[in-house]
Amino acid sequence: MRAGDELAPLRIPITRTLIVAGAIATRDYQDVHHDAEAARAKGSPDIFMNILTTNGLVGRYIAERLGPAAELRKVAIRLGVPNYPDGEMELSGRVTSMGTDADGETAVIEVTGANALGQHVTGQVTIRLPRGGGHEPARS
Amino acid sequence: MADAGLYERIKAYEGRSAVTGGEGRDPVNSPMIRHWCEALGHPVPADGSAPATMLQVWTMAGLPGHGDRSGPYDELLGALDAAGFTAVVATDCEQEYLRPLRPGDRIAFDAVIESVSPPKATKLGTGYFITTRMDLRCAAEPVGTHRFRILKYAPVHRKAPAKRPRPVVNRDNAGFWDGVSRRELLIQRCTHCATPRFPWLPGCDRCGGQEWDTVRASGSGTVYSYVVMHHPPFPAFDPPYAVVLVELAEGVRMVANVTGVPCDKVRIGMPVELEFTGVDSELTLPVFRAKEEV
Ligand SMILES: [Zn+2]
Repeated sequence: MRAGDELAPLRIPITRTLIVAGAIATRDYQDVHHDAEAARAKGSPDIFMNILTTNGLVGRYIAERLGPAAELRKVAIRLGVPNYPDGEMELSGRVTSMGTDADGETAVIEVTGANALGQHVTGQVTIRLPRGGGHEPARS
Repeated sequence: MADAGLYERIKAYEGRSAVTGGEGRDPVNSPMIRHWCEALGHPVPADGSAPATMLQVWTMAGLPGHGDRSGPYDELLGALDAAGFTAVVATDCEQEYLRPLRPGDRIAFDAVIESVSPPKATKLGTGYFITTRMDLRCAAEPVGTHRFRILKYAPVHRKAPAKRPRPVVNRDNAGFWDGVSRRELLIQRCTHCATPRFPWLPGCDRCGGQEWDTVRASGSGTVYSYVVMHHPPFPAFDPPYAVVLVELAEGVRMVANVTGVPCDKVRIGMPVELEFTGVDSELTLPVFRAKEEV
């Protein structure tokens, strides 16, 4: 892995089920994530994905592309446009820098998740790779 | 506009505790890990540990609510609720993971209100960004940090569809709008030097003559220039849409909407034809329809 490497994109269908299941699995019972009427009353056209699910999907993207040996050190995300039901989000990633610390090689990956409305999430993920791993991004 | 006194009051919460001595409702456990992985399509870690990005989950109060929040955070949110900033949306999450969490780990946490922003206008409504920082421990051992930003906002209620803005009709342009209401596009013409002009003005920009008559536009023209509007969205407008500057056959240019062509297919030089569109019961506007390629 080196700076400039791109991770293969991951397209995730944003279903109503994913939004609701993600909210409940993250123990987030804010009504805007499961109750469309309540969401509309608060000015949103529909329910939308909660940030804990987005954060988890960023983690999933890294786990799927780099495998379990890539240990997450930091995840910093910012939300943009919402993920509403019946959309699709495409996650993409690019290695922006490499480093080392006491326990091994580190990498910073810039991750973006875009849907039809624009960028849903932008962020940086810092991972640690095992020492002497010779780790390559998984292709798919 | 939010009152200045409110901001003074809520800014005073910076540095105060949001959670003191919080405890996770459940220890880190395999069923919650598996349910979370199933919901998100996340691979289940083979070593049984929790995916790092579950960090905040272990601190969530769940449906019964947050009995373990200390006073200041509730007061802060309550003050905003009372002022009409009743809705909340998360905007940022920054987490650092110091070690993997494993089933059996009991998570304890404290959180502090780091900052409260001045009022900001957002697409959702005006609100305040509140940033908290949470430190998570397992017994005395730090296991992670979690910085979280929310927007606490006054929701913009969806009303009846917004009306398109009305044109400003005055003494100088009333004749133009009278023409539009009859579905005629009238161009002013100087009776002194015969120069056509648009938009309507009291005097001729060529010779300064004050006298004028009108010519009814034939309706054919070409796109002289255009923009595609994406942002910001205005009431009654649905971006993206194209705004064209049309050069009429009579030699004047006018700004209008264009129909019959996707906004990303509008091109300079494209032939267009005048038509009138009834926007609502009180307003008719001239627009231009893209002509079929021949
Ligand atoms: Zn003149």
